[in-house]
Amino acid sequence: MTATAPNPPRSFQEIILRLQSYWAAQGCAILQPYDMEVGAGTFHPATTLRSLGTKPWAAAYVQPSRRPTDGRYGENPNRLQHYYQYQVIIKPSPPNLQDLYLGSLRAIGLDPALHDIRFVEDDWESPTLGAWGLGWEIWCDGMEVSQFTYFQQVGGHDCRPVSGELTYGLERLAMYVLGIDHVMNMPFNDPQAPIALTYGDIFRQTEEEYSRHNFDGASTEMLLRHFEDAEAECQRLLDFAPEDPKSGKRIIMAHPAYDQCIKASHLFNLLDARGVISVTERQAYIGRVRALAKKCADAFRLTEAGRDAEVTA
Amino acid sequence: MPDLLIELFSEEIPARMQAKAREDLKKMVTDGLVEAGLTYASAGAFSTPRRLTLTIDGLTAESRALREERKGPRADAPAAAIDGFLRATGLTLDQLERREDKKGGVTLFAVVEKPGRKAAQIVAEVLDATIRTFPWPKSMRWGAGALRWVRPLHSILCLLIDEAGATVVPLTVDGIEAANTTAGHRFLAPARFAVTSFDDYVVKLKRAHVVLDAAEREAAIWQGAQNLAFAAGLEVVEDRALLTEVAGLVEWPVPLMGRIAEDFLHLPPEVLQTSMREHQKFFSVRNPRSGRIEGFITVANTETADHGATILKGNQKVLSARLSDARFFWENDLRVAKAGMTEWLGGLKSVTFHNKLGSQADRIDRIAALAEHIAHLVDADPALAAQAARVAKADLRSAMVGEFPELQGLMGMYYARAAGLPEPVALAARDHYAPLGPSDTVPTDPVSIAVALADKIDTLTGFWAIDEKPTGSKDPFALRRAALGVIRLVLGNGSRVNLRGTFATGLTQTRGDNFVEIYARPFAFDFEPNDLELYRRSLRTKDGWIDFSAAEKILHNFQGYSSYGSAPEDQIEQLRKSIVSGSPELTNDLLSFFHDRLKVYLKDQGIRHDLIDACLAMAGNDDLTLLVKRAEALAAFLKTEDGPNLLAGFKRANTILTQAEQKDGVEYSYGADIKFAETAEERDLFHKLDLAEATIAPAVAREDFNEAMWAMAALRAPIDAFFEAVQINTDNPVIRRNRLNLLHRIRAICSGVADLTRIEG
Repeated sequence: MTATAPNPPRSFQEIILRLQSYWAAQGCAILQPYDMEVGAGTFHPATTLRSLGTKPWAAAYVQPSRRPTDGRYGENPNRLQHYYQYQVIIKPSPPNLQDLYLGSLRAIGLDPALHDIRFVEDDWESPTLGAWGLGWEIWCDGMEVSQFTYFQQVGGHDCRPVSGELTYGLERLAMYVLGIDHVMNMPFNDPQAPIALTYGDIFRQTEEEYSRHNFDGASTEMLLRHFEDAEAECQRLLDFAPEDPKSGKRIIMAHPAYDQCIKASHLFNLLDARGVISVTERQAYIGRVRALAKKCADAFRLTEAGRDAEVTA
Repeated sequence: MPDLLIELFSEEIPARMQAKAREDLKKMVTDGLVEAGLTYASAGAFSTPRRLTLTIDGLTAESRALREERKGPRADAPAAAIDGFLRATGLTLDQLERREDKKGGVTLFAVVEKPGRKAAQIVAEVLDATIRTFPWPKSMRWGAGALRWVRPLHSILCLLIDEAGATVVPLTVDGIEAANTTAGHRFLAPARFAVTSFDDYVVKLKRAHVVLDAAEREAAIWQGAQNLAFAAGLEVVEDRALLTEVAGLVEWPVPLMGRIAEDFLHLPPEVLQTSMREHQKFFSVRNPRSGRIEGFITVANTETADHGATILKGNQKVLSARLSDARFFWENDLRVAKAGMTEWLGGLKSVTFHNKLGSQADRIDRIAALAEHIAHLVDADPALAAQAARVAKADLRSAMVGEFPELQGLMGMYYARAAGLPEPVALAARDHYAPLGPSDTVPTDPVSIAVALADKIDTLTGFWAIDEKPTGSKDPFALRRAALGVIRLVLGNGSRVNLRGTFATGLTQTRGDNFVEIYARPFAFDFEPNDLELYRRSLRTKDGWIDFSAAEKILHNFQGYSSYGSAPEDQIEQLRKSIVSGSPELTNDLLSFFHDRLKVYLKDQGIRHDLIDACLAMAGNDDLTLLVKRAEALAAFLKTEDGPNLLAGFKRANTILTQAEQKDGVEYSYGADIKFAETAEERDLFHKLDLAEATIAPAVAREDFNEAMWAMAALRAPIDAFFEAVQINTDNPVIRRNRLNLLHRIRAICSGVADLTRIEG
C-alpha cells in the first residue's frame, strides 16, 4: 500500500467539495456562508445561536473569516487576513462524532493507516461570545488540522444538550494534503483545467489591498462611530416589545440584533489592527461585545428556534 | 477471594490529568469498598489516553454481617422520649428489646442486624458514586446526557473474577451499561473484545496495540529514542516531564528520528529545544562531538506500512515552518540588540508592571538604583551592576521571548552579548531571575548577585508599599518565593547585606512610584502615552525624589478636568506623610516577614526556630549571613555535653534573678564584689566570669561565635559548682545582694552571645 488514498484531491476546491458531500452524506444541512464579516465560523448564527435551546440541529458550511491583524500583504506562506473555515455543528453531539470526523479526513485523502492522527487537549474559549467548551486540537503528523469542541456554554447560557463543533482551517489543511509550501501557490481549481487558477491568482491582490486597509487605510474615526452605532442598534432592536402590531405575531428580532453584535466584533478587530486600542481598553471593548452577544443569546432563547422543547413525560 | 477489574473507556483524556486520575480512581474505589465492609489484598491503577483501569486482588466476596446495638430510654420514660428513640432507630416499640438494669428498672434497646452484602452489589454502588463525583480538574457534559466526565465516557468494564470465572457487575451509569468488553487501538485494532481477567486484559490489549502501563510506555519511548540516536552517533537530551506527557498521548508508542535542516542549526540550542518541545512535543537530539542540537525524536501513536516515512516527513515539514518563525524572530531580535536595544527599552515604558507601581521601565529605574546600592555590599562594580539592571529585562520586548516566555533572561544574555556588552552584564541578564525554586542554582557572579537581589527586593518593597502582602495561602505575586530567593542569594554567597537600609532605599523608590501612579492614573485615559510619560516625569525632581509642589499644582490645574474623576486627595495626603517621614514600620514589617521565611528555610536545614529567635534578638539581625553564623554556632554548642547544662545553669540564674528583681523592685546590675564571696566556688566563679568576659566580647566582635560559645561552655562547671555550694537568698542582705549581682554578670555575659532565654527546653 503506497498511495495516500485511492484518489487524492488535486485542488483547494476539491477538498471543500469533498467535505461538503461527506457531511451532506452524514445528514448535515449544507448551509452557505453568512453574509457578513466574521472572525471565525463560530460567529455564524447557525453555530452561535443554534447551539442554544433543545432543538436538534446539524449543519455544515464554509465560512470566509477575517482576522485583520493577520494580514501579511500576501507574503507569508500561511498567514492571511481573509481565509476559509469549514464548520460542522451537530446538536446533540452524536456518540460517534470522533469517528465521523476521522471519516472526513479519509474523504480528503488523509488515511489514518498512513498518518499519525492525535487528539491533543485544547480547551476552547471565546471571550467575545461568552462561550467555552472542552475538546482537542487534532494533529496530523504533528500539524494542527482541526479544532474539535463540545460546547458547554454560549452567550452565558449552558448548552443543554451539548453541541459538537468541528472547525477545519481550510488553507492549512489543504496545503498539507496537497503538499504545498506557500498558500499563494496552491491550486484553487483543477490544475489541469483550461484556465488553472492558484490561490494567489485569486487572493494575492486582495491580501495586499486589505493589509494596507486594515493597518493604515481604514478610518479609525468612522470605525469608532460605527462601533458605537452597532452597539446602540443592537440594544435598540432588543428593546422592542415582542408583539409586532403589524403582523399581530410575537416577533423578537434576535437575529437582526445579533447582526449588529457581529458588526461590532469585526469593527473592534479592525480598530485593533489599526493599533488604536490600548491594552487597558482592549478588555473593555471585548466586554462590550460580550455583553451584546449575551443579550442576543438571551433574546434567542425566547424565540421559537431557541426555546426549550416542552418536556413530555 | 475474587478479583475486581474496572475500566472506564472514554475519548482522549488530557495527558496532564492522567496520573492524578488513576490515583483518584484507586483511592475512591478502594476507600468506598473498605468503608462498605470489604477488604482487599492489593490494588493497581493504570491509564492510557483513552482509559482508566483499576485492578483489585483478593477482594472479600461479601461484607461481614454487622450487629448494631443502641441503648434507649427507660421503659417508663415519658412517651415523647420513647417516640424520639423510635423515630431515630426506625423501629416500632415491639421490635425493641427490654433489659433489666442493675437498679431493677427496665431499659429499652434497639438491636439492628445488618446482614453481609455481596461484593457485586457494593462494587456497583461504589463505582457509580465514583464516576458521578470524580474530581476531574475540568469536566464536561456531552450529547443529551447529564453525566460529567473529562471527555465523553463510552464504556464501562466491570468484572468480578473468582474460581467459577468472570461475572459482569450489574451497573448502569447514565445509560452506559457495564460489560466485559473493551476496545483496542483506535486505528490499529478498533474492534471490541471480551476479557476474563486482568492478565487476560493486559495480554489482549497488547495484542490490540495498547500498552496499558504508562511506565512501560515511557520506558519503551526512552529506549527506542536512545537506540535511534545511538545508531546515528547522537544522544537524546533527557526530559522527564516531556517523557511523561508523551506517554500520556500514545497507546502504542513508535519513536521516529529526524534531522534538523542545516539552516536552523545556528539558532541557540535552548531555542531549538523549546520550540520543539512546546510546539511539537519532540525530544531534542544532540551531537556529542559538536554539542549542538542536530535532530529530533517524535513519538507516533501508530505503525504504518511505510514505517513512519509519511509521518516523519509531515513532522519535518511542520518543524521547518516553526523553526523558520524562530529564525525570523532571532534575526530580527539580533538586529535590535546590535542597535543597542533602545527599541525594546523604550517599549518597556508602555508595559504595565502593576497599575499602582508603574511600568516595567519605572521598575527598571528602581532596580538599577538598588543594584548600584547593593553592588557596594557584594563586591560588584556598581556601574556594571546598574548597567546590567538596565538591560536585564530588555528581552521581554523581544519577539523570541514574546513567543517563548520561558526563555526570558536566557535570550537577554544572547542579546546582551550581541550588543557587545561586558560578559558580567550578559550573565546578569540570564541569572537575575534566579533562584526561582528551592532547587534552582544561586548565581555567584557579583554583578548577577547585585541585580538578582535588587530585582527581588524591588518586588518585595513594591508590594509592601501598596499593601499587597501575602496572606495565608494567598501569595499571588510570589513574594514568599522572592524572599526565599534573597535568603538563598545572601547565604549562598556569604554576602553581607544590611537589609534594613536596602529595604528603606527600595521602599522610598516604590512608594514614590506608587504616589506618581495615584496622581497619574485618573489622567491615563485623557493623555496620549507620550504626554502621560512627560506628566509622570514632571512629578519628580532631578534626583528622582517626588516633587510634591509640582504634583499639587498639576492636581489643582486638572481638578475636574479628567473624564475619569480626580485623584483621591486624602489617599495622596496620607501617602505623602508616610513618604516624608520615611515610615520605618514598613521596613520593620518587611524584615520580620524575612525572619519568618528564614525560620522556615533554616528549619529545613535542621536549625530550630527557637535558636533563630535567640539570635534575632541580637544586634545586626538584618544581616542574614551574620544571623545564620550565630545560629549555627549556637546549634553546634547545644549539641555538646556542656551546652544544655550551661543553658540550664543560665536559666536557673536568670529565674532566681528575675524573681528577686520583681520582688525587690530593683535591678541587680551593680558590679558584684569578690570580697563578699564566702566560698571557694563563689570566688572561682568570679575568676571564670572575668576570663569568659575577656574572651567573649572580642570574639563576638570578630564574629567568631564558636570561640564565644567555647568560652561560655567553660562557665558550665563553675556555675554548677556555685549553685551546688551556695544559697543565693541568704539572710545576710549584703551577701544576698552581692550574689544576685553575680547572677546578673552571668546573664549579661551569656546574653552577649545570644538571647538564651528564648531557647526552649
